[in-house]
Amino acid sequence: MKAAPMSRVFPIALNTFREAVRDRVLYNLVAFAVLMSGAAILVGQISVGIEKLVVINLGLTAVSLFGVVISIFIGIGLVSKEIDKRTLYTLLSRPVRRWEFVVGKFLGLVGTLVLNTFFMAIGVFGALLYVAHHFAKPDAWVLVALYFIILQFVIVTGLALLFSSFSSPLMSAVFAFSLFIVGAFAEDLRGFARMTKGITRWIATGAAYLVPNFSALNVITPVAHGQPVSGQLILYNTAYALIYATMTICGAVLIFERRNLK
Amino acid sequence: MLAIEILGLEKTYNVGFWGKTPKHALRPLHLNVEEGEIFGFLGPNGAGKTTTLKLLMGLVFPTSGTARILGMELDDPRMKAQIGFLPEQPYFYDYLTARELLEYYAQLSGVAAKERSRKADEVLAKVGLPNVAGLQLRKFSKGMLQRVGIAQAILHDPKLLFFDEPMSGLDPLGRRDVRDLMEQLKHEGKTVFFSTHILPDAEALCDRVAVIHDGELKGVGAVADLTSGVRGKVEIIWSGRIIPPAFKGLGADCHVTGDTVRAIVSEECQDAALDALRNAHLRLISLSPVRNSLEAYYVSKLQPGKAAAEVRP
Repeated sequence: MKAAPMSRVFPIALNTFREAVRDRVLYNLVAFAVLMSGAAILVGQISVGIEKLVVINLGLTAVSLFGVVISIFIGIGLVSKEIDKRTLYTLLSRPVRRWEFVVGKFLGLVGTLVLNTFFMAIGVFGALLYVAHHFAKPDAWVLVALYFIILQFVIVTGLALLFSSFSSPLMSAVFAFSLFIVGAFAEDLRGFARMTKGITRWIATGAAYLVPNFSALNVITPVAHGQPVSGQLILYNTAYALIYATMTICGAVLIFERRNLK
Repeated sequence: MLAIEILGLEKTYNVGFWGKTPKHALRPLHLNVEEGEIFGFLGPNGAGKTTTLKLLMGLVFPTSGTARILGMELDDPRMKAQIGFLPEQPYFYDYLTARELLEYYAQLSGVAAKERSRKADEVLAKVGLPNVAGLQLRKFSKGMLQRVGIAQAILHDPKLLFFDEPMSGLDPLGRRDVRDLMEQLKHEGKTVFFSTHILPDAEALCDRVAVIHDGELKGVGAVADLTSGVRGKVEIIWSGRIIPPAFKGLGADCHVTGDTVRAIVSEECQDAALDALRNAHLRLISLSPVRNSLEAYYVSKLQPGKAAAEVRP
């Protein structure tokens, strides 16, 4: 019996998705809907001429934060929870390779986040319609901003999975969230590295390029101002996020492949 | 062909603050299990039974040594498609229903899509849970989870089954059901390797047993051989609560239980003991040789000094 790896990765991903949905993770959408409705009504009353700007800024920032919190707090438990509850024992005693398990869990959570973002995007566009009464052509760039936010989730989920493969859930959450914060200032870090000299420059440059560049994936402000996003940036960010996430997953797999499940 | 061939499998953990103190969870283990037999892996808690099973399942990696299962290496996915594993005190995804869980596992084990649902219902009926397929596992009792654990192990019709403490959490009726199921599996030609510290279960089920203690194999043997030997003593039971004075001189070990007395005497004193009962007009109920039990073998392997003292006439 020789089945393709995807025949095992896909059911694991689907089960991860099912777990998230049944554990009521998507309930965050209710909070998001309340936030967006409240914001739209409030903004409509207090701001004149910049309603769209405020709604897009607030909406996309909320989408990003809600998703990052979910990807970190579920991501850190993807592997450790299965070890702690010993559900992994009956899984790995089947013809499932450890890398298939890790990749399946990763894809399952990313799928959950994509669906979550899809519903939140409906909320953002709903609020936008409420304050502007119609859509304009530049509003389409909001979709690109949402795509970049999903790319952020892909990287954050990979990082959470990587950290959880060798540290406790609490430390994994601290590491992943810290990297998310530092990564939001990655461009500043690179600028700082360029200003230094000698060995410091080497170290600072290395560190600046090692942290995920979330600032390049953040186009919320220009999009809120109706500015377009270049095709080159879309391509660059897509490649960057996929390569970065692949590296984190490879790291997680390498560690997990050697781990004793006591 | 051997079902399991363990070749010096060893596991040492480094413990302590600096991680430099070695703790031997399993000392080099050499063990063979034949195809088609029920093999009991006996030992007290912490003896190394679960460590051995985890090593065989590839959940922990050996410090040294290796093993082959059905002639294949431990990391061979083809081998894993032919085995079933019930971990100790199993826990499953509690947000799934029993059927969903079994269908998920069936998919991972390579069972064809059209057969998954039928297989799930079939094994649930086999383990005595025919009417709970649609119930979420978070609503299951410990005993029901144990049965689901057995169901997922036999789901894909494996050739070889590993059960870690399969009777744990089961009531007497449940234990009997599992014993029956294990006998049925043997009848179907499957090999069963199970760990337990419940000796009557092992004595009733196993073809052969191994005793492990402190991570070290203490002995292996066929249950029939271990329990067939006579220990040179006889057990005499009679009605009443009176122990004739002559029994003291015979060195008998007597116990009064209700309205019967049970005495163990050496074979040489058997006639004298029967004469003493006749003289006291006591009614003999039974006279039988004292046979070796698995318990005696187990104790002799774990506490050699104590066992020797017990056997001494």
